[in-house]
Amino acid sequence: MSAWLCAIDHKRVGILYMLSALLFFLAGGMEAMVMRAQLAAPNLKLVAPEVYNQMFTMHGTTMIFLVAMPVLTGFGVYLVPLMIGANEMALPRLGALSFWLQLFGGVLLYISFASGSAPDAGWFSYAPLSEKPFSGGAGLDYWALALLLITGGSIGSAVNLIVTIATSRAPGMTMRLVPLFVWSTFITSVMIIFALPALAASLVMLLSDRLLHARFFDPAQGGSPLLWQHYFWIFGHPEVYIVVLPAFGMISEIIPVFSRKTIFGYPLMATSSVAIAFLSYGVWAHHMFAVALGRNFLAVFAASSMLIAVPTGMKIFSWIATMWGGAIRFTTAMLFAVAFLLEFTIGGLSGVAFATVPVDWQMTDTYFVVAHIHYVLFGGTVFALFAGAYYWFPKISGRMLDESLGRWNFWLVVIGFNAAFFVQHFLGLLGMRRRVYTYPDLPWFGALNVISTIGAAILAFGILLFCANVLMSLYFGAPAGDDPWNAWTLEWAAASPPPLENFAEIPRVRSRRPLWDLKHPEAPDWTRA
Amino acid sequence: MGSPFSPHSAQTHLIAAVFSVVLVIAGVIFLVVAAGVIYSSVRYRSRGVTAAEPRQVFGSRKLEILWTVVPLAIVTGLFVITVRAMVLIDAPQESGQTPDLVITGHQWWWDARYPNGALATGDIHIPAARRLLVRIESTDVIHDFWVPELARKMDAVPGRPSYIWLEADAPGTYSGACSEFCGAQHAWMRFRMIAEPEASFNAWLLRQIQPLAEPTGAAAEGARLFRTKKCEDCHALGKKGPDLTHVATREFLGAGISRNTPENLALWLTNPQAAKPGNRMPDTPLTANERAALLAYLESLQ
Repeated sequence: MSAWLCAIDHKRVGILYMLSALLFFLAGGMEAMVMRAQLAAPNLKLVAPEVYNQMFTMHGTTMIFLVAMPVLTGFGVYLVPLMIGANEMALPRLGALSFWLQLFGGVLLYISFASGSAPDAGWFSYAPLSEKPFSGGAGLDYWALALLLITGGSIGSAVNLIVTIATSRAPGMTMRLVPLFVWSTFITSVMIIFALPALAASLVMLLSDRLLHARFFDPAQGGSPLLWQHYFWIFGHPEVYIVVLPAFGMISEIIPVFSRKTIFGYPLMATSSVAIAFLSYGVWAHHMFAVALGRNFLAVFAASSMLIAVPTGMKIFSWIATMWGGAIRFTTAMLFAVAFLLEFTIGGLSGVAFATVPVDWQMTDTYFVVAHIHYVLFGGTVFALFAGAYYWFPKISGRMLDESLGRWNFWLVVIGFNAAFFVQHFLGLLGMRRRVYTYPDLPWFGALNVISTIGAAILAFGILLFCANVLMSLYFGAPAGDDPWNAWTLEWAAASPPPLENFAEIPRVRSRRPLWDLKHPEAPDWTRA
Repeated sequence: MGSPFSPHSAQTHLIAAVFSVVLVIAGVIFLVVAAGVIYSSVRYRSRGVTAAEPRQVFGSRKLEILWTVVPLAIVTGLFVITVRAMVLIDAPQESGQTPDLVITGHQWWWDARYPNGALATGDIHIPAARRLLVRIESTDVIHDFWVPELARKMDAVPGRPSYIWLEADAPGTYSGACSEFCGAQHAWMRFRMIAEPEASFNAWLLRQIQPLAEPTGAAAEGARLFRTKKCEDCHALGKKGPDLTHVATREFLGAGISRNTPENLALWLTNPQAAKPGNRMPDTPLTANERAALLAYLESLQ
């Protein structure tokens, strides 16, 4: 126990991140199921309006800040040193501090339930709704304080990852040779350092308004409600890429190994991530297209938002080109990676629809948005995380996840996810608004909502099956060996699970696939690239 | 709720057209991606035979240029369409022109003020086939005015009014709702736009500013109670609650949460929190006789 509480080894800290994220994932999932139950039929009264509003606020906050960010940080902290041939993070104590800040932030957020007033202003808590006169309980104070702790933890782990990647790479591994997962983690960490302070600033302003009678967002006293929106989305849109880019990195590791081909267009893959990172700071106002901000102002943000489709499209086509001509093995990890390509494309395309300002003028804040964000964050990030879990679990635990349970897990998640969320596009097109605790009995509303609820139940079952697979395989899984997938990056040169000191001898790196070079002395990569 | 694809104004027709273009392009792109994914999954699937590694391809300058340039061309086209449509749809924000209608969002209902002083709550009447300049306001938190068939949505930001074009090409009833989360009863912040031919609209508008007949009998007692029980302290223009001057003519109560029947109206007098949980109306202790008198008065407000 104390070995875990006092852990500073990057592998233990990484596992702590992943486990805490899994627990919060189940909590956020339960909140989602309460919402889907309440919406299963028109005019239901399973929960009170305030409770429903707490559910979607906590669901969104949990999934973004307590699941997506920490689990990706966890994968980063666990894998980056192994992938770059290092034995430790550069700043191990900062790593532990960052985790505990993050976890205590999460615990503080959930204590708000015990206080009797959980936050209920939505995960982006627009002022002035989030101000004292309209949200009198302590819920939003918990929310803001918890997010401040999480912000500190996130910045700490980002600094740590940047320093590690910059200084601890194996001899010979230039930045042009690091695995793409490391590249995307590096870019993500830089984004965190520039984006999260905007969130912290907005939270401090909100707390000042709520607790110290400041007037940042009160128009009657010279403040501005839109100030909150600008600050929040200057953080909020880079945040989307913060939780998507590392997932891209995972896909860029997994598809090549199971296609038996090197990644197609490595330099473009890395530079397109950099392009996405740069563009992501110039798109925030597309969350505010329904505010009268002026036509020219909005047009600039429409252009930048549409431009993001270009580097994203490059990635999708490069992944397909990697599969093309390969010898594809459909393990569960690869199934999730391939499904990711299709689901994420749907989310990306509906994103382009929202960048088209007149479409946004109809569809924003409807279920079309709810569908869009879930295709990006679930169809994108979570599908990639499932792929990553099946791919790296053998390295982390030394045992394989069960493949036949994995198939069930995969198909239930695919069917459940699409049933739950694809119909929400139609609900949006029919005029169903997001964040309503109930709806009148309008044509199709009941039928489409009950399909969505059934889909959510199937999805929940698929996720529980994953948890069962993890628990069972920890004890009964087939031993993995060091390199079960015949892979190419350095983590597979370490033992499974890796000992405290990852590598007895730091390998010398001459190409992007050091293990390919070892396995194919007749045609090593460094002779070609 | 109407759909953006059943447009009833020049602006929403244009949005529907742009949206159709976007959906077609998105559909084609998805099919291309899906075809690539499915073809390579099927064609290049390896069935467990341990063969030699396939040929390693590190990239292709030509292909990479292709899938940079083609998406760039597509989004450039979309951008042009977007800007052209925005110019046609968007109303001037600083024209100095007097608005034809001022629509205000409150937690949780809408009302509309007309240049002649008339006030409409919940059911907002407009003349059909006339483009109106509408000013959108909020008195408390941020709301969003949305009638999918008639106009783009527009946020109602406190302290920062904004303007839209609102138009119905044919008489009819079009439903609308608040489309920005605004607190406990965001779900029930619905309203109806009633578009009428010019003549009947003008007649309606005139009726709104004519004084109602003096209430008689129980209704007169109700009118007295409306003052002494301090109902009117909130239920008036510019106050905390919705104006009730023509409440009996409304189809719905509580911005859509229930039909306007005597039983549902009575519930607001006995237990407002049961009528609409979370709303800002306090309990007012009333005897059965007082309740009946107030009901009679409210039902007389045609």
